Amino acid sequence: MPDNKKQAAHRALVDRILNGEGRSSAQQRARAFGNDGLPPPLNTLIGKVATRPTQVTEADFAAAKASGFSEDQLFELVICAAVGQSARLYEAGLTALAEATANGGAR
Amino acid sequence: MRLDILDHGYSPATKLLFALIRLFSGHPVPDAAKLAFYRPDFYGTRAKEFTHEAMRGPSAWSVGDRELMAAYVSKVNGSAFCTAAHTATARRAYQDGPMVTAVLADLESAPVEEPLRSTLRMLGKLTAEGKLSAEDMRQVLAVGASRQQVKDALAVCVAFNTTDRLADAFGFEVLSPEGFEAGAKYLLKRGYR
Repeated sequence: MPDNKKQAAHRALVDRILNGEGRSSAQQRARAFGNDGLPPPLNTLIGKVATRPTQVTEADFAAAKASGFSEDQLFELVICAAVGQSARLYEAGLTALAEATANGGAR
Repeated sequence: MRLDILDHGYSPATKLLFALIRLFSGHPVPDAAKLAFYRPDFYGTRAKEFTHEAMRGPSAWSVGDRELMAAYVSKVNGSAFCTAAHTATARRAYQDGPMVTAVLADLESAPVEEPLRSTLRMLGKLTAEGKLSAEDMRQVLAVGASRQQVKDALAVCVAFNTTDRLADAFGFEVLSPEGFEAGAKYLLKRGYR
């Protein structure tokens, strides 16, 4: 089934960024992915990536760097935030589709 | 870009590749491509695989339809780079610029078939609101989109909700119209791998 390949490729991406080797800890990456539980000022940058990415500024990165995060760590955590928010959209869409077709009838 | 490593943190071999691309295409390597080359084991390799599958893998949606979905989702997100890139790619894929322009200007009055219009509307709502109801999906299915087409469209939506966020967070440089045209040609010839 084509969708299995698409969903498998998506799962492989999520699994890599959360569970593979990284410069940030797996816990930090999970928190960025979930947009939950990160300390200030990093939470501002990550929150914007997840919910209002056009409002991200140089100052958000500068503040996160000044609080001790390296560029490589921020590279990872921003990616985790973007992939995490998108994964929640995927889940919401697939759940709505499953509910809409729960009683059969759809092709 | 907003991280120095994304402008300068590449191996000599990758820098040479960027120089060759610039030489032969006549355009700088787009930031979207550069991101995929930075520590590709962390993100680029798997992101390209997923995006290619969503955009070029088997589907009842045409390549033009999927590029239009990418442009539409990017427009809802307000992502200037991705909207321009995938508008150019959709126009070229369909060989119909006015139709693509019409969809992005006003989906409801645009000259497209109902399954595509309804699917775009659903993707826009999911992107803007972060949620959908079963009724939203029933409306898409009722006008003739198949369950598989909805799943395929969701994969496109997910790929571009990710890329849009990275484009705006990392600050991808918006290219010239010629640069976006060159990118569109490449994406139609080679895909996302």
